Amino acid sequence: MSASRTLATARRVLLQLRHDPRTIALMLLVPCVLETLLRLIYAHHRATFDEAGAPLLAFFPLTTVFLVTSIALLRERVTGTLERLLASPLGRLELLGGYALSFGLFATAQAIVVCALTLGPLGLRVQGPVALLVVLAVCVALLGTGLGLLASAFARTEFQVVQFFPLIILPQLLLCGLIVARNRMPSGLHAISDVLPLSYAVDGMHHLSRQVGAGGAVTADIAIVLAFAAGALVLGAATLRRRTD
Amino acid sequence: MTAQSIAAGRTDSPSVASSMDAVRFRDVTVQRGGRAVLHHVDASFSAGRVTGLFGPSGSGKSTLIRAIAGVQSNVHGTITVLGERPGSMAVRRVLGYMTQSPSVYEDLTVAENVRYFASIRGGEIGDVLERVQLSSHANQLVRNLSGGQRARVSLAAALVGRPRLLLLDEPTVGLDPLLRRDLWNLFGELAGEGAALLVSSHVLDEARRCDEVILVREGRIIAQLTPAELSVRTGTEDLDEAFIRLIEQR
Repeated sequence: MSASRTLATARRVLLQLRHDPRTIALMLLVPCVLETLLRLIYAHHRATFDEAGAPLLAFFPLTTVFLVTSIALLRERVTGTLERLLASPLGRLELLGGYALSFGLFATAQAIVVCALTLGPLGLRVQGPVALLVVLAVCVALLGTGLGLLASAFARTEFQVVQFFPLIILPQLLLCGLIVARNRMPSGLHAISDVLPLSYAVDGMHHLSRQVGAGGAVTADIAIVLAFAAGALVLGAATLRRRTD
Repeated sequence: MTAQSIAAGRTDSPSVASSMDAVRFRDVTVQRGGRAVLHHVDASFSAGRVTGLFGPSGSGKSTLIRAIAGVQSNVHGTITVLGERPGSMAVRRVLGYMTQSPSVYEDLTVAENVRYFASIRGGEIGDVLERVQLSSHANQLVRNLSGGQRARVSLAAALVGRPRLLLLDEPTVGLDPLLRRDLWNLFGELAGEGAALLVSSHVLDEARRCDEVILVREGRIIAQLTPAELSVRTGTEDLDEAFIRLIEQR
């Protein structure tokens, strides 16, 4: 694997984003708008906002990054640049690594902005260390990149790729413990939620919002989320076919 | 154009396959969507010359090019590219591939596009932009360019890094005659520098600009010969007519 080709790809993706300021603005602002909306919904239920605000801090970036990444790679397929890259010395993991790096970097900026707003002006109260909260949000965004790249490996059209969002992301939202605590779910569903990455992200966020000394548990959750992200990336590279019909 | 001027074209090199083949097909059949789009193709072309791939739309030109580039699935038979398998790292390092539709990033500038491909395969972008006559557009976004200009950005991305093998799928389509002439001159120069070029087109008139042409129809190779041989064999200088006579001769 060549670091220079991976970096060149990351740089290219970031340059593409730079020429598209509206997407940058939307990706930075949408999670902020949603967190603000949540704060307004729970204007008279501060405790509920504290309970839901942190997990959603992980969920919102997951959605925006998933959509942008999956569509970005699909666009490469549709316009033929992917075919051209697959005929070049660029490796499949180098290509996906470049995507993960660039969107990961962008997601870091996004996480910092939305965490700053939510913990500052919106007044979300968390017990655990704030730095870990930001780190977890970034890792979830990386997971979004990995899942997005994986999803687009199975999509041939724009219609297909957007359908992967309700298919891959929404079941995780239902099962992650935000709506019903995971340990109160039927055992079958609990077992399913155990193998879904968002469950660990939300567990981590719950630890952070509820416990003071949650560092160790959260670090474990972060490691699991990162492992899922890396797994999705490798699986995405493995399922990306060089030869197509 | 007279028969003499066609014969005066580059006809010094023999059309018979030599041991110096850059690319060789041996009994290659390609299936797409359950039907064969290339049937038992045997062909080869060598370095140092411009080989034209001519045939109507849907004849299998792009499939043949994709098979050499190593991105076509369901290929049966043997294809050897510079002594290696298509799609192998050794081939990908020295291959410049221009797909049929301009496959470049329209949200990047011309220079950013070519620089990205240079960072993958090596090479300088200044020289390449000059060769495709885009130096003055280097900092323009591709999405603001005309179709013909986009095609040249795509060509520049294939040329960067001086690849030994160039697969150009309809590089001159939609370009004005002056620019077409310049590009065919450029292809001749690149061949002179030792590259192997396979250039597809459906405009038979452009066959005159090739050292050798491969004529394809309905997934089969009808003939592989020099432009001069084509007019001798068919008794006409009109290339469209020559193509028709070749088909009727079979």
